[in-house]
Amino acid sequence: MNPQPRREIFAAGALALLLLVLMPALNAWAPEDSFFYVSNFTINVWGKYLAYGILAISVDLLWGFTGLLSLGQALFFSLGGYMLGMHLMLMIGKLGQYKSDLPDFMVFLGHTFLPTFWRPFYSFGVTALLVFLVPMLLAKGFGYLAFRSRIKGVYFSILTQALTYGASLMFFRNDMLMGGNNGFTDFKFLLGGDMRSAATQRTLYICTGIALLAVYFGCRWLTRTKFGLIQRAIRDSETRVLFSGYSAANYKLFVFVVAAGIAALGGALYVPQVGIINPSEMTPDKSLEAVVWVAVGGRGTLVGPVLGAVVINALKSWATRAIPDMWLILLGSMFLLVVLFLPKGLISVPGLIRDFLQRHRKPASPETPAPTPAPKVSAS
Amino acid sequence: MSQKPFLLAAEGVNKSFDGFKAIRDLNFYLEKGELRTVIGPNGAGKTTFLDLITGRTQPDTGKIEFEGTHDLGSMSEHEIYRLGIGRKFQTPTVYTDHTVAENLVLSLAGSRGVFASLFFKLNSEQKDKMEEILKTINLTAHRDRKAGTLAHGQKQWLEIGMLLAQDAKLLLVDEPAAGMTDEETARTGELLLSLAGKHTIVVIEHDMVFVRQISLGRKVTVLHQGSVLCEGPVDSVQADPRVIEVYLGRKHAR
Repeated sequence: MNPQPRREIFAAGALALLLLVLMPALNAWAPEDSFFYVSNFTINVWGKYLAYGILAISVDLLWGFTGLLSLGQALFFSLGGYMLGMHLMLMIGKLGQYKSDLPDFMVFLGHTFLPTFWRPFYSFGVTALLVFLVPMLLAKGFGYLAFRSRIKGVYFSILTQALTYGASLMFFRNDMLMGGNNGFTDFKFLLGGDMRSAATQRTLYICTGIALLAVYFGCRWLTRTKFGLIQRAIRDSETRVLFSGYSAANYKLFVFVVAAGIAALGGALYVPQVGIINPSEMTPDKSLEAVVWVAVGGRGTLVGPVLGAVVINALKSWATRAIPDMWLILLGSMFLLVVLFLPKGLISVPGLIRDFLQRHRKPASPETPAPTPAPKVSAS
Repeated sequence: MSQKPFLLAAEGVNKSFDGFKAIRDLNFYLEKGELRTVIGPNGAGKTTFLDLITGRTQPDTGKIEFEGTHDLGSMSEHEIYRLGIGRKFQTPTVYTDHTVAENLVLSLAGSRGVFASLFFKLNSEQKDKMEEILKTINLTAHRDRKAGTLAHGQKQWLEIGMLLAQDAKLLLVDEPAAGMTDEETARTGELLLSLAGKHTIVVIEHDMVFVRQISLGRKVTVLHQGSVLCEGPVDSVQADPRVIEVYLGRKHAR
């Protein structure tokens, strides 16, 4: 086995240990005035980053590995969040402003009983199922139509963007009975745990980390099967794939549905940690942001998107407080710089440094690969 | 007249693009095990003909039958591929970012389903077959190289290897010698000759030296303006005044 994958697994393991064990442990047990104490705020913020990391992987699975630039991932992310949000709204019980069994916004709109489609969300088990089922079914229906009609490239991007924009307009409407433009907030309990307590937030954080790890290893497996070979083949030359006898549409549909499920999982973990979900989360620019994370982190790798999501969002947290007017300019220039000078993203930096050092340490290294022979052209 | 034991039978096929008749009343019959060379000047409809067979475009009228039962005119590309019709494109279209071996794995005959691809593992029979193909196309030493880094001729051979991997009953080979050195061209000719008989092959080619090499004692079809101008052994075709006219006297014909 060559050392590259082993090093990757080692790095992922070390990071997981740090983020999943050390940080929560320091949050739980280090004294609050100690240098090692990790605040509840930090845990919460990192939980958000890791949920974004899951979203970023879903974008990259489509864009980096299959060549499908989906701008609809924010929709699947939000739908996952909304599904869990419905359960959380019902768990508020009579603790809301209006002391009613109904969510506050329904009382405010004059409703007297719970709409039928809300009922299944009393059960956490059913909710957990619907978190995946609803976004994945939507992806299946939309993907089926789009891929069967051979909608490709920029047209696919525009169509997915329209889908998420249309959905956000629908969710903004009060008669959707999904909370309108305020969405869902003021959550109180999740599986009996008080959502404002440090312990619940810590558990959510750990769950997010585990989910991210599972998604990472799941996608790592997927992209190394023959399915992964076909995925990359579709990205590089879709017509050729058809002439190899594969129905590219079926493969794209499968990966689109899987990516929707992954995004939904991220959303469902994101919402209880930030405590709010509203339609602005499913606007196209949210999808675009995720695309920028992937581009900056490293498209076509699985670690890169997570790195990009964490780095950019950490930067955003700082910049929107320190230099709020400059944030979008900063984000835009970062994107440009990476596209121009680091096409393989931040993840490629260590490799570039290694190459650079190698070249300068032994100038005439025999290991340097010979330039590939140019195709010979005969006069015809 | 249509139920003959031909592997491929095209009858009365017409195809036009925006009023331009690329194929007109084309009749073409191919027997099993043949190595048939199709020649013709630029714009004769050679590539369009292959597009019609492989389902890239559909005929306006006429019928293209495979094995006497399948109507290719109404099938999609991957369905036609699954019947056992493989195509080598004019410019090499291998998967450049995949290794030589991966290119063959993608082409191996077998299930094309999504779920099968998730749990796919090479069995020993398939491994043997891959080794054999790598030897045939002379790329054993390059199996782990990315196909994009191969020389032009090697890419062409890899693509022929991909057709072999899929167990194609009918190999459609579009200008295999284009852009090759003389040595590569001769080697390609040998490769195709070694496959004749076991496979049915249609070769489209311009290079007459190459055509003579592979079609000695075999039938050659000349296409002109979308239909068959003449058919026969290579010597008589080359001596046919109509062929000489379309190749050399096109200025007069216009």
